[in-house]
Amino acid sequence: MADKILKELTIKVWRQKNAKAQGKFETYKINDISTGTSFLEMLDILNEELINGGTEPIAFDHDCREGICGMCSLFIDGRAHGPDDDITTCQLHMRKFEDGATITIEPWRAGAFPVIKDLIVDRTAFEKILQAGGYISVNTGGVPDGNAIPISQDDAEEAMDAAACIGCGACVATCKNSSAMLFVSAKVSHLAKLPQGRIEAARRAKSMVAKMDEMGFGNCTNTGACEVECPKGISIANIARLNREFLVAKIKD
Amino acid sequence: MTVLNSKIPAGPLAEKWSNHKAAIKVVSPANKRKLDIIVVGTGLAGGSAAASMAEMGYNVKAFCYQDSGRRAHSIAAQGGINAAKNYQNDNDSVHRLFYDTIKGGDYRAREANVHRLAEVSGDIIDQCVAQGVPFAREYGGTLSNRSFGGVLVSRTFYARGQTGQQLLLGCYASMNRMIGQGKIEMHERNELLDIVIIEGKARGIITRNLVTGEIERHSAHAVVIATGGYGNVFFLSTNAMGCNGGAAWQAYKNGACFANPCYVQIHPTCIPIHGEQQSKLTLMSESLRNDGRVWTPKKKEDAIKLQKGQITANDIAEEDRDFYLERRYPSYGNLVPRDVASRAAKERCDEGFGVNETGKAVYLDFKYSIERLGKDVIEARYGNLFQMYEKITASNPYELPMQIYPAIHYTMGGIWVDYNLMTNVPGLFAIGEANFSDHGANRLGASALMQGLADGYFVLPYTIGDYLADEIQVPRIDVNHQEFIKKEKAVTDRMTRLYNIKGTKSVDSFHKRLGHIMWEYVGMARNEDGLKLAIKEIQTLREDFYKDLRVPGDYDAMNIELEKAGRVEDFIDLGELMARDALDRKESCGGHYREESTTEDGEAKRDDQNFTYVSAWEYQGEGKAPVLNKEELVFENVKLTQRSYK
Ligand SMILES: Cc1cc2nc3c(=O)[nH]c(=O)nc-3n(C[C@H](O)[C@H](O)[C@H](O)COP(=O)(O)OP(=O)(O)OC[C@H]3O[C@@H](n4cnc5c(N)ncnc54)[C@H](O)[C@@H]3O)c2cc1C
Ligand code: SF4
Ligand code: FES
Repeated sequence: MADKILKELTIKVWRQKNAKAQGKFETYKINDISTGTSFLEMLDILNEELINGGTEPIAFDHDCREGICGMCSLFIDGRAHGPDDDITTCQLHMRKFEDGATITIEPWRAGAFPVIKDLIVDRTAFEKILQAGGYISVNTGGVPDGNAIPISQDDAEEAMDAAACIGCGACVATCKNSSAMLFVSAKVSHLAKLPQGRIEAARRAKSMVAKMDEMGFGNCTNTGACEVECPKGISIANIARLNREFLVAKIKD
Repeated sequence: MTVLNSKIPAGPLAEKWSNHKAAIKVVSPANKRKLDIIVVGTGLAGGSAAASMAEMGYNVKAFCYQDSGRRAHSIAAQGGINAAKNYQNDNDSVHRLFYDTIKGGDYRAREANVHRLAEVSGDIIDQCVAQGVPFAREYGGTLSNRSFGGVLVSRTFYARGQTGQQLLLGCYASMNRMIGQGKIEMHERNELLDIVIIEGKARGIITRNLVTGEIERHSAHAVVIATGGYGNVFFLSTNAMGCNGGAAWQAYKNGACFANPCYVQIHPTCIPIHGEQQSKLTLMSESLRNDGRVWTPKKKEDAIKLQKGQITANDIAEEDRDFYLERRYPSYGNLVPRDVASRAAKERCDEGFGVNETGKAVYLDFKYSIERLGKDVIEARYGNLFQMYEKITASNPYELPMQIYPAIHYTMGGIWVDYNLMTNVPGLFAIGEANFSDHGANRLGASALMQGLADGYFVLPYTIGDYLADEIQVPRIDVNHQEFIKKEKAVTDRMTRLYNIKGTKSVDSFHKRLGHIMWEYVGMARNEDGLKLAIKEIQTLREDFYKDLRVPGDYDAMNIELEKAGRVEDFIDLGELMARDALDRKESCGGHYREESTTEDGEAKRDDQNFTYVSAWEYQGEGKAPVLNKEELVFENVKLTQRSYK
């Protein structure tokens, strides 16, 4: 489809020098953006203009630009990953915007994800949760043949659905309680669905939930907002599974 | 000149690795606890190595530039991972995988390394399954396989179109377990900028903390580089934005040889460039060529109308379509290897038959397979890829053919290593895409993931012991040693120099200029005049860079422009070395195509008489020409033949 040119856009973006500084919105104009341009390329172009004008460019996280590494974030016009469904910010294209539009860009907002600079936040709280139990305890070597444990296609597919989480944090940013339940439940479900992971399922759920609480994420009140904005379609059915595993662990205590 | 010893063990090919393992030294558990290892990079290679070595008892310090180890670019691999399991009973074997890889690499890799890779490939799958990688399964519950380009068996394991992601999350989970137990010290957003050598041995690294801007010193008994490939020399590629050659380049500047820098893989099926302002190219999986037919118009006037947007592909009559791959390569057709398909697309576009407004695109058409198999079948096979294509291009591939064009994808060249994966600098190791070892002049699909995990799970954890066994008396390395102080100062000087140029042009503007030079002269087709010109132009670019670079923001804080400036500085030097290497290699082989070395009908022509060697370049100091060392390749088990896909 032929691309059009967006003659003028107004970009209202959160700027914050560092974690301690007070942030505020700055407004920039940008002209002649092709609708075939990706959203992050639009920011690249804006940054090039800022640099040429002697201003420090806007800092934002990104890497693969293919929707798989989970590094890009951004709250765009009030939506995590912007105004399109089932995609990450790096997959968003400018054809989703009208000429003359004002676009508001903010970082993820959550107590557990403090701002580092501009649009970049610190998501190490996610790492800590995974380090507490998001694995199967096997060492390298000495494992059985790959075909020794048959796994039904349905179970493998369901595990894969949950394992597709990219750890972006959109669920936390979207949730009014800043809960990390969707993220945690995705990992717990992925591993609990497989026979190799079943063995430690209860213990895993318990330690990950404990760490999640410790890191300052909020409670889940089942609003379902996270599921809507998750770029990978992680289902809130996983949260129900996590709750079941957690209950089992508690009963065992 | 350095004498390179590849340390390939003696004995029959199939016994080399077992004999070698039996012969090398082992470190006791009590001593492992006293030894520190730095692993730079948390992709499949670095992540698997860090986890395995920590499990064995070593103290590991791991580094990555992203905010999480899980985001290494291995995450983006789509297609799959090879292993000689012979689960399909199609007569696959270690020897067949070995042979396919040697041949696919156009006979420019070491037999012994490749055979070892094939030997350990099966263990990788077992390991990943044990970690909970949700590979695709058959109804009976066994593992499923698909086939990939350049081979006759089905040996590729996959997890939907997200194999790299799932494999990486597997070794990242193992890393997390070790981080939780305090056996791995993880440093995210931390970039290697130099390597510390004390009395000839690698003893540590200097990094920049990307959050605070602080320069840090980290010490260890051995340093492992697992920082991936350098395809971003070309600015536009399928690599992630942060992928860089910096760590490999610092290894080179500290004495490690850089091998075969000119071997670059160009992937034929990527989404074409849409304009000057593009930052990144997206890969469309190789698997699409199984059901898509590649074509351009036969008539120039049709091409011109397509370029002007006056007609669409569907307006072109059947008899006016040129299925040029089927025409030129009747036996392999649309499934010729990557290098051949890429060159053929370029040839058509250079002749003026390109199909989009830039003239740099060809069609990949699913109309015929939809007619043959039905839309449902095609949707089941490629639905997610079609959707991704439509999101990016706003064009529906069920109705109009996809537009594709080749793009830089992978670098076969890298840091020279011996059979133990150690560079010629003692204590400095290189694994994964960062080393040069297993793919020769061209990599087969689904073999990079295999190599990264082979290196990290099953090779390095053994071979590093052979080196460290002699280091057990060495106490923890002191970061206040004068070499650390010296190197830290060198890094500070380097970064402040870049910061203080205070010119007028952004880092990206220089990177784009470099990319243009590289793509034009050191890309898909190379010749002597072009390569010489490239070297000159890169030298001019370097002068301009040091005169006119602008790095805004604060020096001692998070500064993304400063990060990029360091990377581009290294890319400029690396680009020049690539051109030099391409100039030296007067033959065509694999991804390296010299226009002077072709057959009568324009196919690549290897010159085994004169070029059956690994080029290992050795740094001689700033502004001095590097020295070329040659490691002769010896083939005792395969017969060298000219590849033909006609
Ligand atoms: C789009 C795409 C699809 C692919 N599909 C396939 C496929 O289907 N099958 C296949 O076999 N191969 C595929 N490949 C190739 C394969 O994915 C890579 O070759 C492989 O994953 C590289 O792994 P690695 O561990 O060597 O490096 P990477 O995964 O790139 O990891 C590099 C690591 O080093 C770190 N790092 C880099 N520089 C520095 C520095 N200076 N300081 C500190 N840390 C640093 C990074 O943070 C990262 O952690 C694909 C490649 C691409 C780009
Ligand atoms: S659950 Fe979805 S939104 Fe949350 S981190 Fe994972 S991919 Fe992102
Ligand atoms: S940049 Fe990797 S998911 Fe967006």
